[in-house]
Amino acid sequence: MQEKSTQVKLDEVQCGPGAFITVMRFAGDITSASETAVLETYKGLPEDTRRILLDFSKVEYLNSSGIALIIQMMIAAGKRGQTIKTFGLTPHFQKVFTMVGITKYTSLHPDEQTACAAFTA
Amino acid sequence: MRRHDGARLGEDFLVETDITMDNNPGTIELHIPSRLGYEKIAMNTAASAARIMGFTDERIEDLKTAVAEACINAMEHGNKLDESLSVGLVLSMNADSLEVKVVDTGAGAPGHGITPDIDKKMHEEEKARGMGMFLIQALVDEAEWVSSPRTGSYARMVIHLHHTGE
Repeated sequence: MQEKSTQVKLDEVQCGPGAFITVMRFAGDITSASETAVLETYKGLPEDTRRILLDFSKVEYLNSSGIALIIQMMIAAGKRGQTIKTFGLTPHFQKVFTMVGITKYTSLHPDEQTACAAFTA
Repeated sequence: MRRHDGARLGEDFLVETDITMDNNPGTIELHIPSRLGYEKIAMNTAASAARIMGFTDERIEDLKTAVAEACINAMEHGNKLDESLSVGLVLSMNADSLEVKVVDTGAGAPGHGITPDIDKKMHEEEKARGMGMFLIQALVDEAEWVSSPRTGSYARMVIHLHHTGE
């Protein structure tokens, strides 16, 4: 049995007037085996990317090692002056993200529209 | 009723289950190889037991994360990812609580569940990883770690049906 692999799809969306926002759409599992998928995809983003949305709506399994990868990505984003907003987490993982304090560095939103709007608010 | 089953899951890994239902409470035992990813078998077995007992979806999600994290700790720290060593899961279904023991062959858990400091993590003063034990403690009603390399170290977790919340 293999772990379900991590898929990361990159999208660009425009929320109202202004620059496009990059969306990283995760699907499958996010675990210690997801390092390449998560971090290498992030590193491949253009240097001038400023606003990033993380879409967890198709994630089936997430554990603490996977959350650690998201934190590593947020560390790198902080160094590049990028802002990250998050949507699509289940209520359980919204609770877990809050417990570990990630919400201090990214805001959690129920859906893409709300998350997008938060960039322009 | 006592039933013992084994299922071969490719690459010669064997997941063994042992279900004892002579008396209520029932006990279910499961043995999985120390291979990352297999914790989902333990997690889903525990979730099924909790669902049968009438736990809410929210509590079942809490339990799933706690069991998965305990299994990953057992595989990584207890059994050093030696795939020939198994991780045991013992589910004891009591009238008003579900006890889950996750057993490995190592010396026990590394330290205790320290509350993660997100600021230190973001400033790279603390490792990004290492949140598993904290999450277990935060998500179940009782959690303890017993070190016993000779007989098997284990994490013991309990969730109560009549959970009163924080």
